Amino acid sequence: MPEHLLPTGHRRIDQMRMQGIVKKFPGVLAVDHVDFDVKAGEIHALLGENGAGKSTLMKILYGLYHQEEGQVFLNDLPVVIRSPNQAIQHGIGMIHQHFMLVPSLTVAQNVALGMKSSRGFLLDIDMVSKRIRELSEIYGLQVNPSTPIWQLAVGEQQRVEILRALYRGAALLILDEPTAVLTPQEVDDLFRILKQMTADGHALIFISHKLHEVLAISQRITVLRDGKQVYSIPTETATKETLAHMMVGRPVVLHYDLRPIEPGPARLRLEEVSATSDRGDEGLKKVSLQLHAGEIVGVAGVSGNGQRELAQVIAGMRSTSSGKIWLDNHDVTNHSPAAMNQHGLSHIPEARMTDGVIKNFTVAENFVLQNHGRKPYAWGGVFMNFRNITRQCKTAIKDYEIKTPSHETPIKSLSGGNIQKLVLARELSRQPRVLIAAQPTRGVDIGASEYIHHRLLEERTKGTAILLISEDLDEILALSDRIVVMYEGAIVGEVKRDQADIRTLGLMMAGSKVPV
Amino acid sequence: MITDIIKASVAASAIRLATPYIFASLGETFGQRSGVLNLGVDGIMLLGAFAAYYAVFETGNLLLGVLAALIVGMLLGLAMAFISVTLQAEQGISGIGVYLFGLGLSELLFQKTVSTPTPIEGFPRINFPVLTDLPVLGEIFFHHNLLVYVAFALVPISSFILNRTTFGLQIRAVGQNPEAADAMGISVARVRYMTVMIGGALAGLAGASLSIALLNIFQSNLTAGQGFIAVALVYFGAWRPYWVMGGALLFSTVNALQLQVKTIENALGINVPSEFAVMAPYVVTIITLIFASKRVEQPTALTKPFERGES
Ligand SMILES: Nc1ncnc2c1ncn2[C@@H]1O[C@H](COP(=O)(O)OP(=O)(O)O)[C@@H](O)[C@H]1O
Ligand SMILES: [Mg+2]
Repeated sequence: MPEHLLPTGHRRIDQMRMQGIVKKFPGVLAVDHVDFDVKAGEIHALLGENGAGKSTLMKILYGLYHQEEGQVFLNDLPVVIRSPNQAIQHGIGMIHQHFMLVPSLTVAQNVALGMKSSRGFLLDIDMVSKRIRELSEIYGLQVNPSTPIWQLAVGEQQRVEILRALYRGAALLILDEPTAVLTPQEVDDLFRILKQMTADGHALIFISHKLHEVLAISQRITVLRDGKQVYSIPTETATKETLAHMMVGRPVVLHYDLRPIEPGPARLRLEEVSATSDRGDEGLKKVSLQLHAGEIVGVAGVSGNGQRELAQVIAGMRSTSSGKIWLDNHDVTNHSPAAMNQHGLSHIPEARMTDGVIKNFTVAENFVLQNHGRKPYAWGGVFMNFRNITRQCKTAIKDYEIKTPSHETPIKSLSGGNIQKLVLARELSRQPRVLIAAQPTRGVDIGASEYIHHRLLEERTKGTAILLISEDLDEILALSDRIVVMYEGAIVGEVKRDQADIRTLGLMMAGSKVPV
Repeated sequence: MITDIIKASVAASAIRLATPYIFASLGETFGQRSGVLNLGVDGIMLLGAFAAYYAVFETGNLLLGVLAALIVGMLLGLAMAFISVTLQAEQGISGIGVYLFGLGLSELLFQKTVSTPTPIEGFPRINFPVLTDLPVLGEIFFHHNLLVYVAFALVPISSFILNRTTFGLQIRAVGQNPEAADAMGISVARVRYMTVMIGGALAGLAGASLSIALLNIFQSNLTAGQGFIAVALVYFGAWRPYWVMGGALLFSTVNALQLQVKTIENALGINVPSEFAVMAPYVVTIITLIFASKRVEQPTALTKPFERGES
């Protein structure tokens, strides 16, 4: 039988099969008797909430973890994969959720990393660069081999990851949530490449928790929930509703009913606010914005285009270099976070684990972080009133359906969704006039996201002015009355909700100034 | 005329005195580029210095002295690697442990063996035909012992290894993003063991350069903290061998001026309180570190132990 070769010159994998895989971590059964397989020429999607075990299952295939039970077969032969190196030798490549690139090295150096050099212990960057160009040619993946990674946009970095996997002879490629950080156009581009790869005989595993993507790109779908395989189906017979139901374990609302509201007076005003980013360049460029009572304004944009700085200047966590910020007609420019709280601002920070909570503190301690020195949580501003703290915290746990063993559990042992609910409970308990919600559902499972969305809409009805900053366009489109798009620190456009469509927003996110 | 001679002799001794700094800080550069901060350099230098001295004291064989220093340094590097890579101990603290160990043990062994500082016959100065006899230049560049030339030769070699070889690429990757290196099939632990052992060997050699080439003697705490300055030089040199060498020369120049301060004072007819001369290198350290802020090559994983599956 003749060898089947891929256009990259490497041997293909006709079939990969994982059988009865079990993987435990201390206290969690991360993967529970899962069967999974993929064939050359197809995309098999792995769908599931955060923590369902998708990455763990794939890290087993890639040799990063070792299963307690179960067997992996390649072309029907049992194999044991003990390390990424062995996986690579078997023709398995993986693109991780967090890119595995060294920012200070060039594209070619990153590709050469860990590879045998044709010149022994000397680097053969020229050879590597040449081969990169050949591969880019085949798959239309344009990158310059001598550019350092840190100069590349996220989408380009992903191309480097794909190129590297191809370079290393990947016949089976695992893509772990590859679209999480991409603009819609970049997603289209990625999908085009993936389709070409399957047409050429690659086998692909596509991990995601985004239903529409999975439906658009795959031939088969397997759903994991709490480590168990709950559903496997050919894509053509799958629907969004059943998939969501399977992921969450109960029916899920996918669309919200946004009743139009007559927005009230302006609560928050930004006048040509500029600020310096951590990198030292101008992170915010003359941003002007008004936020009215009872409206949700969505801020869309690819990560790193000033959204973080915007939330931080409003919350008082970053100083402005020019411009003014008004809250209910008070000039609050460069006030401290505490002063902003006093003026009725609540903030759900993007960096939940570092800016939102103190990891080693208990749920209750985190719940009173800002108000611990005030009534009813302290006597005379000095002695903590644990009875009240406990009582209020328990109420919040119940109201917000926070899953935690007790109010005294360290917050770090809760899941992302539950931590976020606690932050939300704390911020809303102060009955804010203005709420900044930065990436409120990032890394949060669908169930909790749905809950958080409902709470945000409730706040809107109550008349709170809400700024929703999110990289998830679906979220922005589902909740916002108005949408502004940020690019390179500036607001490049604004659209009304009913006039917004994902294409135009995508173009604006990529920097083109589309008419309002 | 007289100032010319002083300049030449200051320059010559600056080059000589740079030797231990260059060895030690090049070695430390390897470790730090891979993400391991070894604060124990001074302790390793002391034991290396003693090992070399003792070997020469007993046998008179200089190469045996060098070999002893390299082996002792490598073993201490191995210990440091075991503590910080395998046991994942806090690197700052374990380095101080290694330092105190080297300080104490070198002192103890010296007391038990030679006990009084006895000069030995160290590496002789090399006389090159023609070159050594050149006016001024001969004295500055062509009249040093072998280890001086070895140290300076190691600068381009280190730079070449870091920037042009697969091993160097692995070192840089492991120091910048160990997760990525691991995912690419590189053993983070293996790379870090190797760099810390190279660093140890070079620190041992730095010690030897003091005890059997520059001073030709051993005494308690011979290094007087030069190993710590070597660590600072790595930061100062922003993890680049040539810049590190520049830093080493800057410091050794201050040292050399300090040694010759009396001659200079006499020649120029000024008077410098000796306390200032003693303080000078440390003041220079602090000031240069404040200004040395360009940190492109700073290994982001420096001092962070690596364990697969975290994050
Ligand atoms: N290295 C690890 N140590 C302990 N627990 C882990 C580790 N990696 C994953 N887990 C746990 O295993 C479960 C599955 O995680 P993961 O595979 O990352 O999920 P997914 O990729 O589907 O979001 C989660 O409960 C997670 O907390
Ligand atoms: Mg995952």
